Amino acid sequence: MSNKIKPIVQDYLKTDIPDFYAGDTVSVDVRVVEGGKERIQKFEGIVIGKKGSDISGTFIVRKISGGIGVERIFPLHSPMISSITVKRRGKVRRAKLNYMRKLTGAKAIRIAEKK
Amino acid sequence: MRGLIGKKIGMTQIFNESGISVPVTVVEAGPCVVTQVKTKSSDGYDAIQVGYCDIKEKHLNKPQSGHFSKSKTNAKRFLAEFVPVTNFNYETGQEFGVTLFKIGEYVTIKGTTKGRGFSGVMKRHGFGGGPKTHGQREHPRSPGSIGQAFDPSRVFKGMKMAGQYGNKNHSVRNLEVVSVDKVNNRLLIKGSVPGPKNGIIFISK
Repeated sequence: MSNKIKPIVQDYLKTDIPDFYAGDTVSVDVRVVEGGKERIQKFEGIVIGKKGSDISGTFIVRKISGGIGVERIFPLHSPMISSITVKRRGKVRRAKLNYMRKLTGAKAIRIAEKK
Repeated sequence: MRGLIGKKIGMTQIFNESGISVPVTVVEAGPCVVTQVKTKSSDGYDAIQVGYCDIKEKHLNKPQSGHFSKSKTNAKRFLAEFVPVTNFNYETGQEFGVTLFKIGEYVTIKGTTKGRGFSGVMKRHGFGGGPKTHGQREHPRSPGSIGQAFDPSRVFKGMKMAGQYGNKNHSVRNLEVVSVDKVNNRLLIKGSVPGPKNGIIFISK
């Protein structure tokens, strides 16, 4: 990134993002504005990948809701995310867990815990 | 019409008040100085000529240095003319910068597109190309047929073919100004702007 662009983006970058990687179970607090009122909605699931750097960075969270896989892509520095908490560290061998999409049943959410 | 000459710095993204990520082009614009005021009586039309980016005197030729000594301004590398609609009371030597534009305004940006050289029809016109398998040897990026046979026995004018692509003046209208930074002479424009990084662009409203 050009040195002239960096200071512009700097104001938007968060400094309180916890360290988390693919395989970790995270709970994301999302700000939802409805009819002028704001509330917090939780989205909890497994991180199946992180992408990009700085302000363009995103991560994908996958969960199984009512037997159906649900994925959400969050911009890492989005102001709509009030907080990210890491619930569990997962032990995985790759950076993108796209294979999880094909898994069904108990396997679809099973990841060994990192010790 | 209000206008500035500027330089494209590059692209990035920011978040707006409602938390939506907006793609923006960073533009360094101005400060521009009025080098000549053209009036209906002297030049046949009303306009102001503005200059951008200082240049050393030794790089100028005689007509150019004469022009700048007449306007009593520093020598400028780039000049452009803008036609003001209202409040036509500019003077030579007057300086203005990015505060000419407000947040939320829609501007027109002119620039020279990236030169791509002599390009084929797939890159230049978005043709699909030919088949790549089944014994094809020379067809994958070819244009295909360019017309009929004995009648009309010629190729119609304007037929899309390979040729020079890019390095051409191009303007984009209705680009939103997302932010104005007076200190660093910087504008953030929503969306993309023609030309390479460090390319000269003309911003007008």
